[in-house]
Amino acid sequence: MAQELNENVIDQPEVMKPRMVTIEIAGKKVDVPEGITVVRAMWYAGIDVVRGVGCLGGFCGACATYYRTKDDPKVRTCLACQMAVQDGMSFTMMPPFPARKATYEIQKLQDPKQDLFNLYPEAPLCRNCNACTEACPQKIDVREGVWKAVFGDFKSVSEMFMDCVMCGMCTPVCIADIAPNLVALYVSRAQGAHFTDKPVGLDTRIKEIQDDIYKDEWAKILKMNEKELAEHCATVK
Amino acid sequence: MDIHALQQIVHKTRDARRKQTIPKFSPADRDQLIHKYHPDFRASAYRPIKFGPNEGDKTVVELATLLEGDSSIQDNADLTPQYTCDVLVIGGGGAGCAAALHAHGAGAKTILATKLRLGDSNSVMAQGGMQISVAPEDSPVTHFIDTLKGGHMENDHALLKVMVEDGPSIAKWLLELGVLFDRQADGNLHVKKGGGSSKPRLLTCSDYTGLEIMRVLKDEVINQKIQLLEFAAAVELLSDGQGACTGAIFKDLDNQRHVVVAAKSVIVATGGIGRLHIQGFPTSNHYGATGDGLCLAYRMGAKLAHVDTFQYHPSGAVYPEQLIGALVTEGIRSEGGHLVNAKGERFVNELDTRDVVSSSIIRECEEGRGIRTMSGRVGVWLDTPLLDAEHGPGTVEKHFPAMMMQFERFGIDISKDPVLIYPTLHYQNGGVKIDTNSETNVKNLFVAGEASGGLHGRNRLMGNSLLDLMVFGKRSGLTAAGRAQSMKQGALTLKHVQQFRAEAKKHGNASGVISPMILPAYTRKA
Repeated sequence: MAQELNENVIDQPEVMKPRMVTIEIAGKKVDVPEGITVVRAMWYAGIDVVRGVGCLGGFCGACATYYRTKDDPKVRTCLACQMAVQDGMSFTMMPPFPARKATYEIQKLQDPKQDLFNLYPEAPLCRNCNACTEACPQKIDVREGVWKAVFGDFKSVSEMFMDCVMCGMCTPVCIADIAPNLVALYVSRAQGAHFTDKPVGLDTRIKEIQDDIYKDEWAKILKMNEKELAEHCATVK
Repeated sequence: MDIHALQQIVHKTRDARRKQTIPKFSPADRDQLIHKYHPDFRASAYRPIKFGPNEGDKTVVELATLLEGDSSIQDNADLTPQYTCDVLVIGGGGAGCAAALHAHGAGAKTILATKLRLGDSNSVMAQGGMQISVAPEDSPVTHFIDTLKGGHMENDHALLKVMVEDGPSIAKWLLELGVLFDRQADGNLHVKKGGGSSKPRLLTCSDYTGLEIMRVLKDEVINQKIQLLEFAAAVELLSDGQGACTGAIFKDLDNQRHVVVAAKSVIVATGGIGRLHIQGFPTSNHYGATGDGLCLAYRMGAKLAHVDTFQYHPSGAVYPEQLIGALVTEGIRSEGGHLVNAKGERFVNELDTRDVVSSSIIRECEEGRGIRTMSGRVGVWLDTPLLDAEHGPGTVEKHFPAMMMQFERFGIDISKDPVLIYPTLHYQNGGVKIDTNSETNVKNLFVAGEASGGLHGRNRLMGNSLLDLMVFGKRSGLTAAGRAQSMKQGALTLKHVQQFRAEAKKHGNASGVISPMILPAYTRKA
C-alpha cells in the first residue's frame, strides 16, 4: 500500500525545497519563494493589498500589473493572481487609469453603429501602433477589434472581446487616447441589444408563465406532503 | 513520479471508459456516502452558536466565532450621516448590481457601497452558466423539482417557486441590456445540461457567463449614474431603536475613516464565506468573501437558515500550486469529462449533484486511490482531453477558453493533459433567512444572493446561483424602492449593538474577535 502511494506522488522539487529568488516590487528588492504568484509575493513581502486584488481567479481584472524579467528591456503586462514570479523579475501594479467612459442608454440607441462615433469620437483615430494588442494579458487582438468596431463589424468585436476582463491595460498605452476595452464593451452590448435575434422560445415561455398554464401542476405539487413529494421527485429523471 | 508519467493511465484507459455508463446513486446510497465523506458531516468542525437569533444551532467553528464577534463601533460613535438615500445596497456583485439597478429604475435614490471595486465578486467568476427553463421540453416546475432534489428536499418552496418562475423574464432583461448568451442556429437560447438537472437548462456565454453578465451590469450601473461608494466596507448596520434597519456605517479602506449612510431600506448583498477557509479548505471564492453580511444581519437580530451546510465544488485545482483552489468549471463534466482515480477507474456519475461528486472524490482519496502532490495535497484526475476525443479536436479550446488560458499561463495544456482536482470550498448553501421579497425578519433589512438562505436547501444546484442573484436582487430592489415613497427616514441608533453586547456578556463571550472580518489576513507578518 505504502509503495503504491509513493508511486502516486507528483514530483515537485520546487515545493519540497523552495528556491528563494530576488525580485523587485515597485522598485524595492525582496526575497520570495520562486514560483508563487505575483500577488502572493506581495503578501509574502508584508505588503497589505487592498486595491489591486479582486477575484483571485483571473476574471475581474483588478490586479493588472506591469512586469519585466531579468535583463529584458521589454515591460510586459499580467494579472498578478495568474503570474508566477521568477528570479530577477521586477513588477509594479497599474494604478486605476482615468480613462473616459461614455454613458448611454443602451436600449434607446437609434443607430448604434453611428452612435459609436458620437460616444467615442477618438475610436477611428487609431494609428495602428499595436501597443494595445501587446498590452493585453488576455491575448486579445485589441487593435484589430478597434478597427472592426469602426468598420461596424460589431459581431466580430463581441466575439473577440468575450475574454476581456476589463483590466484596462490597453488604455494607458494608446497614443490616440482610445480606451479599447470600453469601446468593445459598448460594441458588445449594442450587438446583444440591437443586432441579435430575439429568441422566440423565451417569449413563449414567459407568456406561458403569465397565462399560468402550470397552475394545475403547481397546485398538485405544493399540496403534497413530504413523502409524496419525495416520491414524485424520484420519478423525474 | 513525473506528472506526465502519472497521467499515462488516464490516456490508456480513455477508450475503455468511454464505453462505460456509471449509474447514479440510489437515494439511500447517496445519503450514506454523504454522511461518511462530505465535510458538512465532520462533527468536530462544528459547534453550537452560543447566543443570538440562532442560539444553539450548529455551524462551523470559524463562522460561529465571527457571528458571536464584537462590533468595531463604540456605543458613543458619531452617527451623523454623510449620505442619505432611499435604498442602500451593500455589495457590488451580481445581486447588488441587480438590486441597485431595479431600485434606481423604480425611482428610488440609491447608493451602492462595496468594500472593493464595483463588480469584484464571485459572480464575475461564474463559468458554468445560469439555469432558466427556456427549452420547450423543460418547464419551471421541472426546474423546481430538480432544485428540490439537489437541495435534499429542504429548500424553501415559496422562494424556489418565485425563482424558477421569474427566471425567463430575467433572461429577457439581461438580453435587452445586451448580454450575449450562446444561441442555437435558429436564434433560440442554447441550453446545456448541468449536474443534477433532468433537462438541459444552462444558459451560457461560453465559459464566461458571470463575467459577461457582470461586465454589462457594471456598465449599466455606471450609465444609470447610481451613486457608488467603493472601497467602503460595511462595519455595522444602524437601527431605529425599535428593530427596523435604517442605515449602515462603513469604513473607507483608503483613509480608514467611518462613513455613515442613512437609508429607508438596506439591501445586504455581500456574498459568501469562502475566505474563512473553513475546515482548512482552499477556496474558489474572491478576496472579499468573508461573510460580512451574515455577521451584520445577525447582530441586528436576523435569523439564519441552513448555516451548517456549505458547498464544496467537486473540481478545484490541486496542481499547479499557483492555482490551488481555483475552479475547474463543471462545464467540463457537463460535456462528458470523466473523473478518474489513480487506478484509471471512474468512480461516480460525473453529473450527479455536487455534494455526491465531492463526497466520492474525498472517498477515493481517503481510501488511497488519489494522486498526491508534494505540498501535501491529494486529488483525482479530470479527463479534459476526453472532450477533444469525444467531440473533435479543438473542443476544449473553443468551449473553455477561460480554463485553457488559466492553465496555459503555467505551461499546462488541458486539451492534452488531464487536470488534478479536489473539492474546493465554493458556496454557502444557507444564509440569512428571507421571504419572497428578499426581506429578513428585521424590518427594512433585505438580503439578496449568496448571503441569503433557504432557497437552495442543503446543496445548491449548479447554475442556480446566477439566477438567485438576479431574481432576489430584483425583488429586494423593487420592494425597497416601492416602500420608500410612503415612509420617513428612521432614527439612527446602535441600540441593537448594545443589546448584542449585553447578550454576549451574559453568555461570557470574551473571544475578543471583532467582526466582520472585511479581508482575510494573508499578509505575512515579519
